[in-house]
Amino acid sequence: MSAARRAGLGLCGLFGFLVLIELLPRTGLVPSAYFPPTSRIAVALWDQVLQGSFWSALGDTLIAWGLGLLIAVAGGVVAGVLLALVPWLRRFTASTVEFLRPIPSVALIPLAVLLYGTQIGSTLLLVVYAAFWQVLVQVLYGVGDIDPVAEETARSYRLGTWARIRYLLWPTGLPYLMTGIRLAAAVALILAITAELVIGAPGLGVRIAVAQSSQAVPQMYALIAVTGLLGLGINLGARAAERRLLSWHQSVRGEAVV
Amino acid sequence: MGRVMRRILVNVMWALTLPALLIAAWWLVSDDSTSIYSPPLRTILRTFGPTWDGDRLTHDVVPSLLRLTAGYLLAAVAGIGLGLLVGLHAQLRATLEPVLEFLRALPPPVLVPIIMLFAGIGDTMKLIVIASGCLWPVLLNTVEGVRAVDQVMIETARSYRLPAPARLRHLVLPAASPQIFAGLRQALSIGIILMVISEMFAASNGLGFAIVDFQRSFAIPEMWSGILLLGLLGFVLSMLFQLVERRALAWYHGLRASRRAS
Amino acid sequence: MLEVRGLQKVYEGAGRRVEAVRDLTFTLEPGELACLVGPSGCGKTTLLKCLAGLLAPSAGDVLLGGHKVTAPPPGMALVFQEYGRSLYPWLRVRDNVELPLRQKKEMSRQRRRELVERSLAEVGLTHAHDAYPWQLSGGMQQRVAIARAIAYEPEVLLMDEPFAAVDAQTRADLEDLVRRVWQDLGVTVLFVTHDIDEAVYLGQRVLVLSNSPTVVQEQLTIDLPDERDQLTTRADPRFTAFRTRIYEQIQAAKVAKA
Repeated sequence: MSAARRAGLGLCGLFGFLVLIELLPRTGLVPSAYFPPTSRIAVALWDQVLQGSFWSALGDTLIAWGLGLLIAVAGGVVAGVLLALVPWLRRFTASTVEFLRPIPSVALIPLAVLLYGTQIGSTLLLVVYAAFWQVLVQVLYGVGDIDPVAEETARSYRLGTWARIRYLLWPTGLPYLMTGIRLAAAVALILAITAELVIGAPGLGVRIAVAQSSQAVPQMYALIAVTGLLGLGINLGARAAERRLLSWHQSVRGEAVV
Repeated sequence: MGRVMRRILVNVMWALTLPALLIAAWWLVSDDSTSIYSPPLRTILRTFGPTWDGDRLTHDVVPSLLRLTAGYLLAAVAGIGLGLLVGLHAQLRATLEPVLEFLRALPPPVLVPIIMLFAGIGDTMKLIVIASGCLWPVLLNTVEGVRAVDQVMIETARSYRLPAPARLRHLVLPAASPQIFAGLRQALSIGIILMVISEMFAASNGLGFAIVDFQRSFAIPEMWSGILLLGLLGFVLSMLFQLVERRALAWYHGLRASRRAS
Repeated sequence: MLEVRGLQKVYEGAGRRVEAVRDLTFTLEPGELACLVGPSGCGKTTLLKCLAGLLAPSAGDVLLGGHKVTAPPPGMALVFQEYGRSLYPWLRVRDNVELPLRQKKEMSRQRRRELVERSLAEVGLTHAHDAYPWQLSGGMQQRVAIARAIAYEPEVLLMDEPFAAVDAQTRADLEDLVRRVWQDLGVTVLFVTHDIDEAVYLGQRVLVLSNSPTVVQEQLTIDLPDERDQLTTRADPRFTAFRTRIYEQIQAAKVAKA
């Protein structure tokens, strides 16, 4: 299938989706009080866009997301590389990592409320906790993927620690790190919105909660659509960055061919 | 035999030392804590038993787990079924791709307010929330897996004239299963998040409800014990998942190991 | 048995037109073992896929037992070069061999078992029923693929460079295996290879293909004795003569192209 045809079909699908949402409430198949048609959501969205408070809420969400992601990536990389370079440390921490990783970060919600209330700190706590493990685990996978022959070559030529990081760890680990960042970016958004929605920390989530409690249904849908677009943008951006940074790497080249 | 035992013992030591140290440190540091937010670990552990006794277990923990199981299984079946359908039809896939990408990108917790409008605040709402959040990772990973089925394997099936149902069962599903399991794993963590959140939002029982209830009534040791229980639950479910995955994908792990060795 | 008339295959796409096979005509007699040999990249695989009904030719016909081949026909089995991808890694050896038989509704379970048993014994793998393919060496995996093909009881067996990816020792064993299977079962075999020695050693007849776009450059009847073995046959002066002759043909084909 040609790229143009794919794009055409995709646009048709998108258009059909919007038309469906328009028609479902209009024909009375679903109650329009709960499910406003596309046009009314679009009007509500436009209304939001004209308000300064919408933009500051969007900004708050993005700041919490970005800052949390940054901390998580930095922490994940430092911890991952440290564990990679010191084998006994990795063995020492393996069980703890395996135990802490699956703990759902929403378990920390009450703790966040007690510590930070409705401030941005609550959001950051949840975002960092959730995103950190994504990065760390991918970095550890990446380190585990180092070609043993390359490793032995490096050792037989007596490369120092720094050279091993530069020429062995970095190129092997980078694709995994990028995957980790991509996954972490998506998870970070989920937790940022969750914190705002459930705790009431500033951002889009709290606006959704307000719209919900004041029965402003079209506004609520419009804001939810914004979070979806945000998520979409983050996914596409992360994938584009991955492709650009790793254009030399097999996994990306392989993907491009298919 | 003695050597095997020793190796096991050494491994257990490696695995247990750090957790033991961390718990000991928590115990010691918090022992004379007077802060209401971080009560001594001793107190938290003492409240754990009485807090999560039989009554709370049947009233809060079991309903939570039932909702999670039902929603998750529903999403798994629907996600794999729809994923096969979309993955096998190139036209359909190209048409739906942008819409699916958008739906996947929606942070699942925002589904809660929408679904509350339709389904109220009962069990149905929670079930739908969990199912509709878990659906996308399963669906999209199944599509990816189906799309990536090896060309030679497909030609083999064609040349031996395997009819469509046999191809689905013996080729497409197993070939896509590693990817499907990756989706199921993502879905599991999303499912737990949604279970908790849907109960925090509006509920009269459930694990999430109980924890928030403790926090609001400043029953801090009880709240901490709830956090511990939730953490434990996440860990146990993830272990269970790994167990199932190891069994179902034994061939895949063997294949990968043999490739790495060569 | 198998008749190819004026076969042509042109690939078209993205403004490019590649003629892989130009005009091929040849016939296989029932019970014959013929080898197709040609330079690398001369469209051998394309040709074989057309014969197997996996690709639709652009012009010309393939007839099996007088019937035109438009889809994979029942009396034909194909052994692929990529054994690792043609065997299903999630099925054990026995199940891989049995899978095609299970689709034959009229076949009893008893008979299926017998066929699996017999064909695995034929290729010398009685002890590996319960292994997964990836637990076996490359040569053994290709034996499994051959067992699967003969258990299917085809009239025509097509083999697409089946031994290109195995080491020389194993290759010699597998060549003898193909000769033996052919003699035991009386099946018609078309064996595609780029290895001239292999073609001469195996075939009753060798079809030499030209460079792409492919035509049949020459057909040679190999009148070596039916009992062949790796030592004496390959030392036979007539063997060397055939080999030289084919080598010259292929060189000529390359020069003609350039």
